Amino acid sequence: MSFWRNQLSGPTDPAVDAAWQDARPRKGFFTDTSICIGCKACEVACKEWNGVPEDGLDLLGQSYDNTGALGASTWRHVAFVEQTSERIEQARESGRRLVELGMPALRTRDDTSESPSSLPAGGAPPGPSDQGVPDVRWLMASDVCKHCTHAACLDVCPTGALFRTEFGTVVVQDDVCNGCGYCVAACPFGVIERRSGTEGHEKGRQSHGISIGGAGSDGSHQNAPAYAATNGEVKNVGIAQKCTLCYDRLRDDQTPACAQACPTTSIKFGDLEEMRDTARARVAELHQLGHTEARLYGTDEGDGVGGTGSVFLLLDEPEVYGLPPDPRVTTADLPDMFRKAGYAGLAMLGMAAAAFVGRRHP
Amino acid sequence: MTTNPFDADRPPERERGRRNGSGGSAWRTGDRSRRRDESLMVPDVRFDSYYGRHIVKPAPWKKEIPAYLFLGGVAGGSALLAAGGAIRGYPALRRVGRVAALGAAALGGGALAMDLGKPSRALNMMRTVKLTSPMSIGSWILTAFSGFSGLAIVSEFGPLLIERGSGAKGPGTGLARVSRVLELADGPATAGSALFGPPLAAYTAVLLADTATPTWHESYRELPFVFVSSANLAASGLALLTVPARENGPARRLAAVSAVVETLAFERMRHQLGQTLSEPMRTGKAARLLKASTVLTVAGAVGALTVGRTRVGAAVSGLALMAASVCTRFGVFEAGMASAIDPKYTVEPQRERLERRRAAGVFDDSITTAG
Repeated sequence: MSFWRNQLSGPTDPAVDAAWQDARPRKGFFTDTSICIGCKACEVACKEWNGVPEDGLDLLGQSYDNTGALGASTWRHVAFVEQTSERIEQARESGRRLVELGMPALRTRDDTSESPSSLPAGGAPPGPSDQGVPDVRWLMASDVCKHCTHAACLDVCPTGALFRTEFGTVVVQDDVCNGCGYCVAACPFGVIERRSGTEGHEKGRQSHGISIGGAGSDGSHQNAPAYAATNGEVKNVGIAQKCTLCYDRLRDDQTPACAQACPTTSIKFGDLEEMRDTARARVAELHQLGHTEARLYGTDEGDGVGGTGSVFLLLDEPEVYGLPPDPRVTTADLPDMFRKAGYAGLAMLGMAAAAFVGRRHP
Repeated sequence: MTTNPFDADRPPERERGRRNGSGGSAWRTGDRSRRRDESLMVPDVRFDSYYGRHIVKPAPWKKEIPAYLFLGGVAGGSALLAAGGAIRGYPALRRVGRVAALGAAALGGGALAMDLGKPSRALNMMRTVKLTSPMSIGSWILTAFSGFSGLAIVSEFGPLLIERGSGAKGPGTGLARVSRVLELADGPATAGSALFGPPLAAYTAVLLADTATPTWHESYRELPFVFVSSANLAASGLALLTVPARENGPARRLAAVSAVVETLAFERMRHQLGQTLSEPMRTGKAARLLKASTVLTVAGAVGALTVGRTRVGAAVSGLALMAASVCTRFGVFEAGMASAIDPKYTVEPQRERLERRRAAGVFDDSITTAG
C-alpha cells in the first residue's frame, strides 16, 4: 500500500517511476501569459507539425477565441478574456491575498534576503502600475496538456496505450488505444479527448481549399501513420488524442513546434527545473512592478497532481482561464476506493447468504 | 457606427453593472437561470468560468455503459443466487441463475465492446494487467467470471444433453466419462462464478468513481454499496420473474434486504456529497430516474414480500425490481455526466476545499502559488 501511495500522489520523478533506465531530464513548458499576444501561431504550428485535423470553423462569441477548448484535435488552445477595471482590481486583490498568505517559497525569500524580489509585507508594493488600474485588459493564454507528475489519464488507461516517456511526458500510442474513453473522464484538466468524425480525407464542410505543405510527412512522425502523409487526412478517429509535447521532436533534441513558433517567447520550453525557476523569477519581477495579479500555476510539487510538466504564469484566478482551481489526481484515492468496493463485495455475499437462511421450502 | 434597417429591431440594452462589471469576460453561469425571473430568484452562488465551458470533460460514453452497469449487476447477483440454489437445493433457481449469469455477462461484454471508439481493438483490454486502472481490473474480473459461468452452464446442461443423446449406451463409454468430468467441474464452476460475482458488481462503482467527474468521484465511499445492492435487486427481480413460486423464497428475501441496504446507502451518499455535488442527482433527467428508482424499489420489495408467493405477484414485483436497478444505474450515470458538463460542479467544490485548507493554515498544496 505504501508503494501505491508513492506512485499515486506526491512529489516524484515520473520517468524514473516508470522504470526508465536512461531517463532524460524532465522536459516541460513555461507559458508566460503576461507576454502572450494571442497570435495563435502555437495552435497553427501544432496542427501542422502533428497533422491534427481541422475541428470545425465556427464563430463562438468568445472574444477572439474561436477554437473553444483543448480537445482531440486542439492540442494548443489560446484563451481570450476581456476584462474591465473592476475585474482587474479583483484579480489584483486575489493575487495580493495569495502573496500575503505566506506561500512558503515567498516567505523564505523574504526571510533570507533583501533581494529586489521581496515584497514589502502587508500593503501594496510600489510600482508603476500601482498608480492606477487600466480601464480594460485582454487576457490571452495558450493552454496545453499539463503532462502531470501523476497523470490520471495514464493511470486509468486499461490497454497501456498511454505511456510515460523518458522525458517524463505522457503520450498516447495510437496504434494501441482502443478508444475506451476512460482517460477523457479521468483528466482533471479536461485535456484529452476521443476524436470523432469519419476517417479519411476531409470533405464537404471541412474542405476549405487550404493546402498545408509537407507537414508531418517525414517517416519519423510519431502521430502520423504512412497513409496520413497526404494533407487533409483525418486519422485516429475513435482514439484518444492529446499533446505529445512533440515526442518525435524531443527525441531529435528539437523544440516542440508551438514553442518554436511562439514569436514573443510566451511559450518557453526546456528542462522542467529550469522552467520552474524561470517562472519564479518572472513572477517575482512582475510583483516587483506592482502586478500582484501575477501568479504561478503548476510549479508546486505539493499540489494535487504532484506538479505539472507545463507551468503557467496567470494574471487572474485559474478558473477564469478555464483551469481547475484545485485539481487532484483521481487515482490518489484509488486504494481507498478499492477497499470500499471490497467491503461492498463482502456485504453483497452476506446479503445473498442471509437470503438462503431459513426454511428451505416455504 | 453604421446603421442599417435591422438596427431598429435591436432589443433594449441590458442594464450595465448588473453583471458586476464582469465585462463579458468570466461568465457567471448563474446568469442563465437568473434571466428567467430576476426578482424571485435567490442570488446564485457566483463562480468564474471560461465562457461557461466545462473544465473536466464528460466521459464519451453512451447508454451502453449504464446498460452494462445493470447487466454486470444482474450477472453477479445471479451467480450468487445460482450458487445458493446449488448448495441449498433449489434446482430451478440454480439453473436460472446460471443462465442469467452467463447471458448478462455476455450481453454486458458486447455492450462494452460496442461503446469503444475502436471496437475492433476490444481485445487490447487483455494486453496488460494494470492495478491503477479499474477498467483493466474489471476486464479481467469479467473474463474470469464469464469463464466460470460458462463452465457452470456446460456442467448444468452438458450431462443432460449427453444422457439424452446416448441414453442407450452404458457406463464406461467416452461420453459417460465426459459427463463424469463435467459433474466434477460443477462445484468449482459454481464457486468460481460466485466468488467473481461480487467483484463484478462492485468494481463498476470504482470505475465511475475513479474519474475527474465531480459527482462520481466524490461518491466513491458509498457508491459500491449502492451498486452491489442494486445488483442484488436486479438479480432477485429476474429470479422472481423466472423461477416457480415454490423456489423463490431466497429471491424474495434477497430483494427485501437489498432494498433496505440500497436505500440507506443511497441516502448516505446523497448526504455525504453535500448540497452542491448532490444537485445533479436532484435536478433534471437524473432526478426523474432516481425518483423512479426509489418508487420501484419500495414497490418491488414490498410486492415481493406480500404477494411474492403468487406467480403473478412475483413476476410483477420482479419486473419492478429490475426496472428499479435500471433506473438507479442510468440515474447515477446521468448525474455524473451533468456534473461534468457544468463547470460549477468542478470549480465550486475545489474552491471550497482550497479555501478550507488555506483557512487551516495549509499553504503548500495549492496549484496556484505566488512564487
